[in-house]
Amino acid sequence: MQYLLLIYDKESDWGKLSEAQQGSMMQEYQEFTKSINQSGHYRTGSQLHPVSKATTVRVRDGKKLITDGPFAETKEQLGGYYLVEAKDLDDAVALAARVPSARIGSIEVRPLVGRDHP
Amino acid sequence: MTIEQIYREESGRILATLIRLLGDFDLAEEAMQEAFAAALAQWPTAGAPANPRAWLVSAGRNKAVDLLRRRALLEAKREDLARLTALALDVSEIPEENMLKDDRLRLIFTCCHPALAREAQVPLTLRTLCGLSTEEIARAFLVPLPTMAQRLVRAKQKIRDAGIPYRVPADEELAERLEAVLLVVYLVFNEGYNASAGDELVRRELCGEAIRLGRLLHALMPAEAETQALLALMLLHDSRRDARTRKSGEIVLLEDQDRGLWHRDQIVEGLALVESALARGARGPYALQAAIAALHAQANNPTETDWHQITALYELLLQAQPSPVVELNRAVAVAMAYGFPEGLRLLDELEERNPLPGYYLLSAARADLLRRMERWDEAEVAYARALASVGNQAERRFLQRRLQEMKDKLATDH
Repeated sequence: MQYLLLIYDKESDWGKLSEAQQGSMMQEYQEFTKSINQSGHYRTGSQLHPVSKATTVRVRDGKKLITDGPFAETKEQLGGYYLVEAKDLDDAVALAARVPSARIGSIEVRPLVGRDHP
Repeated sequence: MTIEQIYREESGRILATLIRLLGDFDLAEEAMQEAFAAALAQWPTAGAPANPRAWLVSAGRNKAVDLLRRRALLEAKREDLARLTALALDVSEIPEENMLKDDRLRLIFTCCHPALAREAQVPLTLRTLCGLSTEEIARAFLVPLPTMAQRLVRAKQKIRDAGIPYRVPADEELAERLEAVLLVVYLVFNEGYNASAGDELVRRELCGEAIRLGRLLHALMPAEAETQALLALMLLHDSRRDARTRKSGEIVLLEDQDRGLWHRDQIVEGLALVESALARGARGPYALQAAIAALHAQANNPTETDWHQITALYELLLQAQPSPVVELNRAVAVAMAYGFPEGLRLLDELEERNPLPGYYLLSAARADLLRRMERWDEAEVAYARALASVGNQAERRFLQRRLQEMKDKLATDH
């Protein structure tokens, strides 16, 4: 089964970290990604630019509405994602728990529709 | 054994195995119904098989293949096709006796998976493992029926769509996952012990089922003292089952029960278990409740009951697990140990806070104390209030008798 691991944390907290701490976190991410790639779980993933770089698009009554910023203001923001292959939810949850941001933020584990293991 | 008997005793286990084989609650339920229908059609003429359970599991699996094939033809769903392929290729033997036992354990841990809404875990277990109807579950939780039905549907859908596995958790997670499971077993036992509606006061199958699950869990995790305590609690309560009602179905209160009808072997077993659990440091809600039950079981007659100790234990229980029910029971214990006025005061305080509107036990408890204090008119009012919201027929009749007693007392007094 395929799952999206959505990484939520407070962007403001990231800003509070020292350069050394930020560097250490990035290092952890690299190691994590490498590890789940080797184990065959990794499909794709990326860090996202902060929400200040987001643009929200809606179409209502045929009109395109474009606004600056995320779809809604939230306490924690979507900072990145992984798309993984896992044999079941417990497997996916175990991966999510290893995402470095799990310690300070929240990792939402969402199953993809219609991607059953053969 | 008739097919009806087999259904009553085995359908839970058969369903659990089918859920494991098919990976789908609803499909398993449908398949099982069709398997029993086939048994009803074939066994009378062909004769019952040597191993009915194995036959039914096998038939269920075949029926599921048919169901999936039909659905695949009509809707061409990829998941159905995948499952169909998997089933058709799986030509494994029918599971052995102990594998069936493990299936129920797997199922209970699945139903209590933390990814499921807490409010759905217990209902799902009650529905799937114990065969309670959605209506019975809704009543047990004082929740509207459509709400409960929706909770069950959502939970089954989540298991399917999010890929919650059918597994007994790995050792590292087992203790943590066990807490939810113990709660489920406890609630199952309670539903059997205090059926919320209907004519039977004791739904023996549920109590037996809960005790069996308790034994399974205790065997799986002998080091867990709270599991042991829960088993003790259930055995001690269940030991009184033949004394709690008369043949006519009338309720007999604890203090009026013929203690000769208590099952001594269960009491002996229960007492040993609770002593062991307490000695190992268990102080959780089950251990405390079991200790209270033990004190009752050890009294040869009601006057020998150590109400002071019981009150002290309820104080501890109130700290461990504060709830209106515990407060009510504590108040009753206080009444017995320190005098009715004191107990009544506590009940009145509880009533003022009105935690559960329509909770008839509170009115019934107040009525009982007022009766003992010979305040007949106030007792009459309280019994009438209790009658307004009681669900169980036997308890209804009991309260009606008491109400009549109060009326009679008031009549003779004038």
